[in-house]
Amino acid sequence: MSIDMSQFYQAFFDEAEELLAEAEHLLLALDLDNPDSEDLNAIFRAAHSIKGGAATFGMTDMAEITHVLENLLDKIRKNEMALTGEHVDTFLEAKDVLNSQLEGHRSGADVDRDVQEEVKRKLKALSEGKPVSAAAEMASAAPASAPAAPKPAAAAAPAAPVDKMRHYHIDVKALSEKDTANLEGELGLLGEVSSKRLDNGHVAFSLKTEDSEDDIISICAFIVEPEDIKINLQSDGAAPAAAAGAPADGKHRFNIEVPELSDKDAENLKSELALLGDVSISKAGGKTIFALATEDTRDSIESICSFVVDLDTLVIKDAVDTPAAAPAPAADVAVAASGFIEGDGFGFFEPITPPPPAPVVEAEPPKPVEAAPAPVAEKKPAAVKKEVEKPAAAETTSIRVGVEKVDQLINLVGELVITQAMLEERISKLDPVTHEDLLNSLGQLTRNTRDLQESVMSIRMMPMDYVFSRFPRMVRDLATRLGKKVEFVTSGAATELDKGLIERIVDPLTHLVRNSIDHGIEVPDIRHQSGKNETGRLSLSASNRGGNIVIEVTDDGAGLNRERILSKAKQNGLPVSDTMPDSDVWQLIFAPGFSTAEQVTDVSGRGVGMDVVKRNVSAMGGVIDIRSALGYGTTMSISLPLTLAILDGMSVSLGDNMYVVPLNLIVETMQPQATDIKTVTGAGFMVHVRGEYLPIIPLYSLFNQPTQITNPVDGVLVIIEAEGKKAALFVDGLVGQQQVVIKSLETNYRKVPGISGATIMGDGSVALILDVPTIIKMGQNNNSEGVYQ
Amino acid sequence: MAKTILAVDDSGSLRQMVAFSLTAAGYQVVQAVDGQDGLNKARDQVVDLVLTDQNMPNMDGLTLIKSLRGMSSYQKVPILMLTTESSDEMKAKGRAAGANGWLVKPFDPKRLIDVVQKVIG
Repeated sequence: MSIDMSQFYQAFFDEAEELLAEAEHLLLALDLDNPDSEDLNAIFRAAHSIKGGAATFGMTDMAEITHVLENLLDKIRKNEMALTGEHVDTFLEAKDVLNSQLEGHRSGADVDRDVQEEVKRKLKALSEGKPVSAAAEMASAAPASAPAAPKPAAAAAPAAPVDKMRHYHIDVKALSEKDTANLEGELGLLGEVSSKRLDNGHVAFSLKTEDSEDDIISICAFIVEPEDIKINLQSDGAAPAAAAGAPADGKHRFNIEVPELSDKDAENLKSELALLGDVSISKAGGKTIFALATEDTRDSIESICSFVVDLDTLVIKDAVDTPAAAPAPAADVAVAASGFIEGDGFGFFEPITPPPPAPVVEAEPPKPVEAAPAPVAEKKPAAVKKEVEKPAAAETTSIRVGVEKVDQLINLVGELVITQAMLEERISKLDPVTHEDLLNSLGQLTRNTRDLQESVMSIRMMPMDYVFSRFPRMVRDLATRLGKKVEFVTSGAATELDKGLIERIVDPLTHLVRNSIDHGIEVPDIRHQSGKNETGRLSLSASNRGGNIVIEVTDDGAGLNRERILSKAKQNGLPVSDTMPDSDVWQLIFAPGFSTAEQVTDVSGRGVGMDVVKRNVSAMGGVIDIRSALGYGTTMSISLPLTLAILDGMSVSLGDNMYVVPLNLIVETMQPQATDIKTVTGAGFMVHVRGEYLPIIPLYSLFNQPTQITNPVDGVLVIIEAEGKKAALFVDGLVGQQQVVIKSLETNYRKVPGISGATIMGDGSVALILDVPTIIKMGQNNNSEGVYQ
Repeated sequence: MAKTILAVDDSGSLRQMVAFSLTAAGYQVVQAVDGQDGLNKARDQVVDLVLTDQNMPNMDGLTLIKSLRGMSSYQKVPILMLTTESSDEMKAKGRAAGANGWLVKPFDPKRLIDVVQKVIG
């Protein structure tokens, strides 16, 4: 039966990605002086699990790195080696390499071989207790001669050399040039290796290593079938042990005596031994004797035999040339040390006899060995009962679904919401008394629709942790590079945000965090001088506020310098005045090409960015706000709508048309008194609202829409606020508050200034959704004309 | 009646592969994500064979094996360790805990099925 392993790849990719992220998280939190052993274990486990999976699914490159990584981690977690900053740095590098390898396997992206080798070398050097830099030198001089980590010796290795270095002779059946090179590379990880192509097509490798035979087999298993490999342990540098005094064919003959074997076991053992060489079987004096001609050592024979018989009862003797001859008295070689029954990559501690295939109740019980399977009759009933009840289902608490499926679902629900609103609209015209039942049912439908919509929208929601988790590493690297001390804290990582937004917020947020470290937080000396803690504090927080998600990047650094920003703005020819409020001054840094950094660093300060940040945030329907105090720090606050697909809006009327104003941008609505309206020369009309004068933006003139109502006193003012600016939007009247499904105008028509999208109203008509920040800007330009009489 | 196998591994992909392979070979597979989960599932239903990883959070494989051997219904159920550690030390520990054998990772589905068939037919 063949099983397609590729079907498990996706699961492995996801799992490995999670494990890597988890490992990175733990690494960053490690306290070098006093590492938490649980954390070290968890990191080790992550490497271990990835190695297991990578090896199983044939991703050799990942298995290699995790192998050396695991060895080093193992030493550290067993306290054989003290954890240093260098370790953590290298682990993090290894993590990055693994990530890129993962990406390589997942999407076929290119993986930088040099980086991989470099990390591997570093890890090896570290596990040998050498500093990383020395490893690089050593690597350029000669291939690493010492292996990654000493492992327990292979079963019963005879007289290992004092330095634990052993010399293996590995014979591999028919191997292509490419595979030979690959395998040589793999074996090179363990120690010094050389290869030779033999006349019979086999390839012989000579390997000097401290690692065990198991390690060699598992490394080889990536490239060749384990059955095709023969490994001989050579006494230091000499010819294979078994070959000493062997017959001309290079094979040594053994007689293997085994007591009382069943026919079946004898057959099993024979077939196992046949893997080593030519074998024949005979019986004598209650013993079964196998005559074997092989190039392999006693050890290999023992481990093969032990799979079927107890080693205590096994006798292996050197045979005279004729098979099955009377055994010559030989040294007692029955080694009971391991006592395992070992097969190819598996083994049993004691013989296990499978129960008869058919569930016969009166079956002869298997050998009364403690650990043998229980008699069928004893345990069957319970098992049978359960099996009927519960078919073996995969134990999963989550399913993975393509985003497009979810989007389609959201779209359909959107249509449903529109249909439902339409129904509501139609039915509202009916007589409520005669159609009471219908109205009740519709009320039910409305509630259900809303619940459905919320549930569906929540599918797309992801915790902010998805974004936050990538920052600790970045902050650490950056702070180190800039010689700053930064304590990084996050809060509200569980806050959920639409998947589409989450992915798009990463870049702007990265930029802000970078800025905070580069320009905000000062170097320790300066912080010390200004009486601050040498370690700066950078916090990233997310929270739900109304219908918005507010994400804030706060540092306790130098703060924004008002004077410098103003002078720079003047230089750049931006319209500024010295009396501008702080909030307006801060907004200047979002101007394209604006940078006050005195020195352009490779981190930030090239003047590209803040305008891009702002543009990105605006494109998401969000606004960005700055609070800063010189000497005390800066907070960048990004406010985003919860989702892009559905919007809570206020519909307003203007002439024959309806417009939707996003509810989260409305401060209040009012019908102004004539006395509240003031004319300001050059600034159009203002309205006096609770001590504040706000510019009035008449929507009809902005959009050139005919309407009967041209005096604000007859209409309604909607006070809107975006990007720290307020304005009073003058419309005919308010229609109602409702959720609307956003349809893109750009994809269906083209971008229209002041309009962010469109929606279908309950009566089937189309209403445009206002782009409030742009409208406020447009209003400023428009106001000077004087728009009503 | 298909035999039931409890597969305990914290790695979802390996667990899935084990489950898929064994299901394809005609066994029923119950999956558990760590030792503790394995113990709970083993309590719910006495299985015919337990395959467990060693290195897992919450409860490791050896502890699981010891705990299972402490239950009267699991005295004689075969238990195999699926492990990347094939050192003698680990084998000795496994044997002491009450395991019947081991299978070295990485393994391919075919070998897994072979070994399982050797044990429970």
